Amino acid sequence: MSDHSTTAHHHPPAKLYAGVLAALLFLTVITVAASRVDFGSSSINVVIALAIATCKASLVILYFMHLRYDKPLNSLILLTGVLFLGVLLAFCLIDIDSRFPSRPSNLKVPIAAGAAAAGAGAAPGTAPAAGAPAAGTPAPAAAPSGGTQPAAAPTPSH
Amino acid sequence: MSQVTGATGASTIHGHGHEHGHSPFLQHHFAEMEQQFDASKIGMWLFLVTEILLFGGLFVGFGIMQGKFPEAFYEAHHHLDWKLGALNTVVLLVSSYTMVMAVHSASKSNQKALIRYLVITLLCAAIFLVVKYFEYEHKIHDGLLPGKFYTYKGDHVPGGQQATFFSFYFMMTGLHGLHILGGMTVIGWVLKRAIAGHFNSSYYTPVDLVGLYWHLVDLIWIYLFPLLYLIS
Repeated sequence: MSDHSTTAHHHPPAKLYAGVLAALLFLTVITVAASRVDFGSSSINVVIALAIATCKASLVILYFMHLRYDKPLNSLILLTGVLFLGVLLAFCLIDIDSRFPSRPSNLKVPIAAGAAAAGAGAAPGTAPAAGAPAAGTPAPAAAPSGGTQPAAAPTPSH
Repeated sequence: MSQVTGATGASTIHGHGHEHGHSPFLQHHFAEMEQQFDASKIGMWLFLVTEILLFGGLFVGFGIMQGKFPEAFYEAHHHLDWKLGALNTVVLLVSSYTMVMAVHSASKSNQKALIRYLVITLLCAAIFLVVKYFEYEHKIHDGLLPGKFYTYKGDHVPGGQQATFFSFYFMMTGLHGLHILGGMTVIGWVLKRAIAGHFNSSYYTPVDLVGLYWHLVDLIWIYLFPLLYLIS
């Protein structure tokens, strides 16, 4: 270690970088191998793949991006970003889990029936504001279409 | 002290009438090179965080749609050649290594090694794009394209969600590919400056920051590869 530092940047020796590259290549082989093993559930495979990817990402960040040798402020900036990515993911999952099954926009067949039911269902809700006598006729028509909607809803998800 | 004697000659290039001998690349508003380097690095990390959030949105969207339509996504991912994906992973990892070696060489004032490693990094980036080109060509030929451009007729899973997979595939790998192109541009710029002899142990900020950017591009691919090519 000839550390004649005119600058105070702490860089690891070049050998360490070669070691990190070897570890990254090894983990890539592990990633491919792990994807071919059936762990019983596909979600377990995804979790394992993400765990290995995170190991690789940590190696890149700590050594190639020097975060291990850097000022802690840079680590704080990165962790803040990762935290907010976690917030994005968590709130999306909470939102999705608390909804009725939604239809994808490019699903052609049931979307018309769904839209018609929604349109008919919306009409009685807005009608009382316009005038009570006019609302009398569409209301019974909307009731049966509203009744068929739950029966039609499960079909696209299968 | 050798820094000071070296810089007195260079201060004539600086041309701002400074009497004190410092690096020609030290800006007025910084007290010393060290402070300037640290400040640049903070700015770079802030930018990298915005990049993580940019790709993060796509990753979250992909995760949600994959959770919703696992069969269609599983079926669709068979159209991707995992061997080409793995090859590109290796190419990018090696390029990350040569990039960090370029930074290392610059910090040791080894100009020859710096230039050599930057050229290898550029070559790796080019190999990545060539492999990506062959992958895209195959998808375009089969009509495996995003959204309404999806014309492939052999879907096994009804519901049209295999097209959704390819929408994500093209948006994510496409955006990543644009970042590779951007990376090649800035690496080329750093290479030009390296050949001009701008970098040594007291100043190599651009090499370091471009290196950080390049590692981020590698990082994103580390997640893209298993999620797109290997999901099961």
